[in-house]
Amino acid sequence: MTQEYIATIGLETHIQLNTNTKAFCSCKADSWGDAPNTNICPICTGQPGALPSTNQAMVEKALMLCLAMNSDINMDSFFDRKNYLYADLPGGYQVTQNDRSIGRGGYFDFLMDDGREVRCHIHNLHMEEDAGKTKNEGNIRLIDMNRCGVPLVEMVTMPDLHSADEAATYLTRLRQLLRWLGISEANMEKAHLRCDANVSIAPKGSTELGKKCEIKNINSIEAVRMAINYEIERQIREINAGNKIEQWTIEWDNDTQELRKMRSKETAADYRYFREPNLMPVHISEEFLESIKNKMPELPIQRRERFISEMGLPSYDATVLTADRDTSDFFEAVCNIYDGDNKRVSNWMMNEVLRITNETGCAVSELKITAQDLADIIHMVDQKTINTTTGKNLVDMVQSSGKRPQLLVEEHGLGLVSDDSAIRAMCTKIVSDNPKEAASYRNGKESLIGWFVGQVMREMRGKADPEKAKAILLELLKAD
Amino acid sequence: MTELIELSAVEQAALIREKKISSVELLEATLAQVEKVDGRSGSLEPYVEQPEDLEKVHAFLLIVRDHAMAKAKEVDRKIAAGEPVGALAGVPYSAKDVYCTKGIRTTAASRILEGWKPPYSSTVIEKMDQADAVLFGKVNLDEFTFGGTTETTAFKPTVRNPWALDRVPGGSSGGSAAAVSACEGAISLGTDTGGSIREPAAFTGIVGLKPTYGRVSRYGVIPFASSMDTMGPLTRTVSDSAFVLKEIAGFDPRDNTTVRVPVDDYLADLQKGIKGLRIGISPDYLKITYLDDQGNYASAPVDPEIEASVWKAADLFRDLGAEIIEDVPMSNTKYSVPAYFVISRIEAYSNLQRFDGLKYGHTTQQSVKDMYDLYYKSRGEGFGYQAKLRLLTGMFASQEKFYEKYYRRAQRARALMRRDFDEAFNPQGKYRIDAILTPSTPSPAFRFGDAVASDSLLIQFADQFTTPMNFAGTPGISFPCGLSSSGLPIGLQITGYDYCESKILRAAFAYEQATLDADWRKIKPVVLR
Ligand SMILES: [Zn+2]
Repeated sequence: MTQEYIATIGLETHIQLNTNTKAFCSCKADSWGDAPNTNICPICTGQPGALPSTNQAMVEKALMLCLAMNSDINMDSFFDRKNYLYADLPGGYQVTQNDRSIGRGGYFDFLMDDGREVRCHIHNLHMEEDAGKTKNEGNIRLIDMNRCGVPLVEMVTMPDLHSADEAATYLTRLRQLLRWLGISEANMEKAHLRCDANVSIAPKGSTELGKKCEIKNINSIEAVRMAINYEIERQIREINAGNKIEQWTIEWDNDTQELRKMRSKETAADYRYFREPNLMPVHISEEFLESIKNKMPELPIQRRERFISEMGLPSYDATVLTADRDTSDFFEAVCNIYDGDNKRVSNWMMNEVLRITNETGCAVSELKITAQDLADIIHMVDQKTINTTTGKNLVDMVQSSGKRPQLLVEEHGLGLVSDDSAIRAMCTKIVSDNPKEAASYRNGKESLIGWFVGQVMREMRGKADPEKAKAILLELLKAD
Repeated sequence: MTELIELSAVEQAALIREKKISSVELLEATLAQVEKVDGRSGSLEPYVEQPEDLEKVHAFLLIVRDHAMAKAKEVDRKIAAGEPVGALAGVPYSAKDVYCTKGIRTTAASRILEGWKPPYSSTVIEKMDQADAVLFGKVNLDEFTFGGTTETTAFKPTVRNPWALDRVPGGSSGGSAAAVSACEGAISLGTDTGGSIREPAAFTGIVGLKPTYGRVSRYGVIPFASSMDTMGPLTRTVSDSAFVLKEIAGFDPRDNTTVRVPVDDYLADLQKGIKGLRIGISPDYLKITYLDDQGNYASAPVDPEIEASVWKAADLFRDLGAEIIEDVPMSNTKYSVPAYFVISRIEAYSNLQRFDGLKYGHTTQQSVKDMYDLYYKSRGEGFGYQAKLRLLTGMFASQEKFYEKYYRRAQRARALMRRDFDEAFNPQGKYRIDAILTPSTPSPAFRFGDAVASDSLLIQFADQFTTPMNFAGTPGISFPCGLSSSGLPIGLQITGYDYCESKILRAAFAYEQATLDADWRKIKPVVLR
């Protein structure tokens, strides 16, 4: 009989905050696409005598994350020096928060794709500065200091996750949340969101945790899933082969998609932490905290719940429409203007608007079509000013021209003809032009009614109200 | 008329403003004095002592004649044109070589910074420039300010005391103190982490002010121990100290530890006198406390001449209308030296980590195996003995396993020392004092080599009376009060509460005015005789 194992996973994430300037100087924080060593100054390159100054925007964004994670806030937290010598750390120490960080504890609730809710507890959140980038070219080591001093939040979870799937979903939901809060671009490929995973296994039913291995340097959500699965499999293989799990540090090699052992047993480096004397404690006043609380948006998981319970959306729709804040805000705006069946708006959103965002790669907020436009189009369809097909085409026309839908309907003559006499004249013409089909119908092939309606619509280039045409045709075909 | 170079900065500035002399003229006179008394500048070249070296001061590492001349001419032009000028317009000054000066070599008296020209200037240098003072040179110091004698500099010959050329000028602002004492400029900017302004001021018979931590920006000054470093002036008169402080004090957005407390008009305030000022004297500042071989606290008296000068000054202050409060307890003073050792070394070690021989300064010319080998060799060659000692002791004391034993305990001692000040100065408390009068140092200037070779407690604990203010963050001023029987200057210290520079300047000024005609004031340093 084979033993079943349960995996236990804790994640350490580094989140690059999207502040304009760096953590402790006024250099531009985001250097994506910039030449190396162009966003630097005496402070972030560790010139003798230069001093750091705390960027308040970093504190604000870190605080928002603490609130979103239900963490306890330290109203006075401290910056410490983490001392180590490396070429991409120009000061010889990293400014970070060690024993009294801005946030302690808390939890993050998120939904798995099957609807199951998972609660992952947070150990702590702290602010710190990033180091520079090192690139090896042959024997030469190149240092880019653009990234030195970029603000990060390091967030460490408790070992609450139990599968690669849960870990990957945690990251997906975290990424969604970070963008939702507007505090990080959270692009893993650009290393705005970095992840290390601690993985251990234990026999099912056992209360003791196994020895954990740390996987470093995982740079995409798919890689997180693969790396953790490989590691769980490796640990099971080891145990089944009668070996003990040793405390390794493992690196994920993205090129070969393999795990590679970096070193056995973490030799606990001594970072000689002590308070950074150049910075005052980070004091958060009650007023400041209150102002940030007031700024906090409704979180995606709460909004999804409200879309279901208050707006009557199916859970699938609610998930899709809360994938990002833009889409969700747009949807709500349309609903407010439209003031009708929210599910009907949801269908238009998912079928038309999200089709365009998928095709163009634009965010909803970048589209030319506005919430008012979409509400107007749905209204026109409801009032039979246009038919559904025209409505769908109109979405694309608004998007490509930027013109208002009413204007486009007028310009292109897209309005439905609801004038009975015009439709009646066309129906009469179609019936008399097609005596064979009329005969077949009358002989009982009633499915031909659709063909007749189609002919009328084609002749009238879609402008006829199909319901009206059908009624007239039924009358004409019966009458003879 | 007294020679231009002997005038105070206040007097020099007045003459320039009144167009009685030009800034260029004053600069020429100052440079001539340097030429006359300073001898060769300290350098990194292998040092072979020449007989004439023993007769000179050697305060300067670098004279920036062209830079200074351009500024002096600009000041003269502005004054001639009737344009507004800063308070210190045309007054030449020097700066300890830890103040970063844009485009001008800055060494911290260490080989590790060889050839470095800072890409920016420190805030204080910028403020002095805005006040139209004329920077004409950078002066020697203990390497990275690590020392109290200026002997640890990598740039030899080191500075000699203008009063006794076989003695040290004190340190680490020894170059500043010697330069001002020898009339090579009326002002020099120093730094004080444990007494590095006040001790050399006392040893060379001049005035040294250590402002409150946070009063003067540290931005752009190469740090020793960042939680204690303060920047201040060394001058020959108390008025000059007030004059300069007014210009360099204030909030700086680039230094998070500066504060928005208003800057007083220190110079004008001097005239307010000291009637009713409550000046404390503490028995804890009249003895050296140390741990004996058994690990028990023991104490030794300060030099009797020095103790006598404290009591004599107390009498004078009383005559001038101050109240003297004796027996103010400052019982935690005894922790200052050991706690200072721990905290200053841990911070110093961390602050020295950025000097890796890669980004700036000295890079080894030996072949290297890898990056760490490059660090090892560059730092091995670049740092002097004292810097290495502080690095090693700092690394030792900062180990995580010793965190409680050293760093935390030292921080607690620091808090206790702070409490001594809070209680003594508490306006509702038992003592309600405005200032404390102490010796600046337990003894006058010692001989070269004694700081290392001598086992004299007075030398080993030379900074016991000055480090508590760096711990507490409070201001202190050392001012001359006479000469010892062997003709060496003696300094007294007045220390006050946070941001009360105005009060301690007033007290020192009152003392100075009351002793203007004292016989000892007529005696000049040997290099000026
Ligand atoms: Zn910068």
